[in-house]
This record gives sequence, C-alpha cells and structure tokens, in this order.
Amino acid sequence: MKNVSLEDAVNIIPDGASLMIGGFMGVGTPEPLIDEIARQKKRNLTVIANDTAFPGRGIGKLISAKLVSRTIASHIGLNPETQQQMIDGTMVVDLVPQGTLIERIRAGGAGLGGILTPTGVGTVVAEGKPSFDIDGRKYLIEAALKADFALVGAFLADYLGNLSYALTSRNFNPVIAMAGATTIVCAEYIVPVGVIPPDNVITPAALVDYLVAKG
Amino acid sequence: MEPQEIIARRVARELKAGMLVNLGIGIPTLVANFIPKELPIFFQSENGLIGTGPIPELGMADPFLTDAGGRPVTAVPGACTFDSAMSFALIRGGHVDVTVLGALQVDGSGFLANWMIPGKTVPGMGGAMDLVTGAKRVIIAMQHTAKGKPKIVKKCSLPLTSVRAIDLLVTEMAVIAFSEGCATLLETAPGVSVEQVIAATEATLRIPNTVPQMTI
Repeated sequence: MKNVSLEDAVNIIPDGASLMIGGFMGVGTPEPLIDEIARQKKRNLTVIANDTAFPGRGIGKLISAKLVSRTIASHIGLNPETQQQMIDGTMVVDLVPQGTLIERIRAGGAGLGGILTPTGVGTVVAEGKPSFDIDGRKYLIEAALKADFALVGAFLADYLGNLSYALTSRNFNPVIAMAGATTIVCAEYIVPVGVIPPDNVITPAALVDYLVAKG
Repeated sequence: MEPQEIIARRVARELKAGMLVNLGIGIPTLVANFIPKELPIFFQSENGLIGTGPIPELGMADPFLTDAGGRPVTAVPGACTFDSAMSFALIRGGHVDVTVLGALQVDGSGFLANWMIPGKTVPGMGGAMDLVTGAKRVIIAMQHTAKGKPKIVKKCSLPLTSVRAIDLLVTEMAVIAFSEGCATLLETAPGVSVEQVIAATEATLRIPNTVPQMTI
C-alpha cells in the first residue's frame, strides 16, 4: 500500500479505463477522487457502479462532464443527464439488477467466473444468457465483473490501509475493493494502526493499493 | 382521503409484529407512517440498513445514514448496517418477509411491470427484480388507473420485472389477491362498488359471493 496525493492517485488512471466506483446515490462515493478525475479530464471511461447519483454529486459530475462512454449500473432514474446521454447515444448504459450487479462484482473479486441467479429469469435481462436448472428452479448464468480500478470511499483507514466504513456509506465499497486490478481508497480519516480493532476491519489492507486522505 | 393515503393505510394492515419489510419508493414509502408505534417491525433499506427510522429532526441529519434515495434517515434501536452483497443476499435469499413496491402495470396472472417504459423513461430496475424474485411476500401498492386508463391489464405490455406472480395488490379502489394464476377481488374501498372496480379493471377478476369493505 502506498500513500499518495490526490493528484498522483488520479494520474495513474489512463483515458479509457474501467472504474468501479463505490457509493449509493453519492453516499460513500470518494468525492475528492471524482473531482480530481473531472479536473484532469480523464476521457472515454467505463463506470461500473450502483447508480450515477444526481447531477452535481458523485458520479453525476463525471456524467455532466461527458467523460463516461459506458455505464454499467442498476438505476439511473435520479440522473436525467445519464438518461439523456443514453437516449442521444453518446453513452452506452447497461442496466443490471442490483443484486446481480453486486454479486457479479463479488465474483470478479473472489476468483469466480460468474454466478447463478434466479433474478431476471423470463425478463429482458435473460436475453442472450444461458440458464441452468438446479432442483427444478431456473437460474441465469451471469458473468463476473472486474475493472482496471476500484475507487473506494472509506470512513477510517489506518496507516497500513485497513478500512472500516460508516453506516450506509458502506454499500458497494468493500465489494468493489476486491474486484479492481488497482484499488484506490479515499478515507474520511486516516488513523494509527490499532485504532480500528481487528474485528471491525471490513476491508483488509492487502486489498488496498493506494490511499488518499480526504483532506 | 387522498388515494395514496387509502392505499398506504390498507397496506400497513398487512404488516405484523416481527416482520422484516422492504418498502419501495413512492406510495410504498408512505406505509411506514401508518404502522402503530408499538408494533415491532424492522424496515430494510436496500442500500444497507435494517432498522430504518423516520427522517431526522432539523440539524440531526447524518450524511452517512441515508435511504435508498440518498435522503437522510434515522436508525431505530437494534438497527444494523451492511454492504450491498449482504443486502441483496437478504432480499434474494428469502429473508425479507414482505416487500411493498409500486407498479406501472399488473396483469391478470399477477405479473408485474415496474421498471421501464421503452422509448420514454428508463430509470432501471434497481433492486426491484431481486425483491420480486426473492421476498417471501410481494405486495403492490399503486393507484387503480393512470389518467383514466386501467393499470390492471390482461397482459403486461411493458417489460416484466419478474415471472414470479405478486401476492397482493392494494389500490384506492380494491384489494386483489393472486393465487393459482388468477386475480380475485378480496375487498372494495368504502363507497366503491364491485361494478366500479370491474369497470376500472381490464383484467378478468374472480368475484367471490361476498366482497367485504376495506378497513382503513
């Protein structure tokens, strides 16, 4: 794990990168990383996240700046700009049921090829996907998801990179932390080793590549 | 009484002590307002919370404690938080007793469409497909018609949310149950006749000999 400045952390992200971004309607999204990506104008990004928040918040800022060419999300209903760019054809949006999205990411980080889920059977979600019967119930095969980078928002990070989260800002964060080839964490507070008791560490430091303080 | 309140009050009567309940956005959110305070019910919020409480008093909002719409909420004693994989394991895995959702259309077989209108609005399914697939009981809370057009149709024309049929539908006019692939009129709202319900419903309804009045 390396401590880096916000600018250096975002410098390592190339144009065209795929980014998993934590947060749920912007809550738990590492906002300083988003602001710096927008400032450095990283282009042609693929964003994998639960949602695209609102205009002016979290991932919504990347959408407004037209830096995203593809979004994989479960819900875009509260961001009219995402819907508009999808309708205009300037951004591709893949809508995935939320439970399927998080499990595909978990599978990607856990070394699995994919998952079997009953969600989406018999709907447009199932189109083009193989299915599998187990004990008389039908399941879709959904492939694992990985990304070049996972951008994680944590509450506490210790000097080694062990992470804990606050309340509902946890959401996608600990799961995407496993599925990025490179994991960049922005924490509200950096604390000495031992401040987070071992039982309260949700993301082990071994999963963290770069750590930035919110500042 | 506004239609939304009639619906929310009637749905609230379906919730019993000890249940874990997930409320969708819109009319379903109102249901929490009509639960007796002493009734021990835990509400799950799909963004990672069991024990969702009322909106905080002025000055008490915590930016890290929010509902699925990103709005500040409180947590009740006994609440717990978790990540999205756990949240949807609870949902998909059959650990949520009741989910209450809104709908664009419900058809005569109890199939539901509630996540997109092709070419018009595509908000995405969010957690709806997982909730309908996995919750022990699915209740739909919606207005009976939209701009005078029936929302309870013979067959959904909009993309389905799931091929699991819903259990109960509550509107401001009626309560309709779906079992064995058939829609049965259980109750009518005060001042609404069986004939009015039939006239406002495109799907075929099975009408029992006695249809009691809805208690709200």
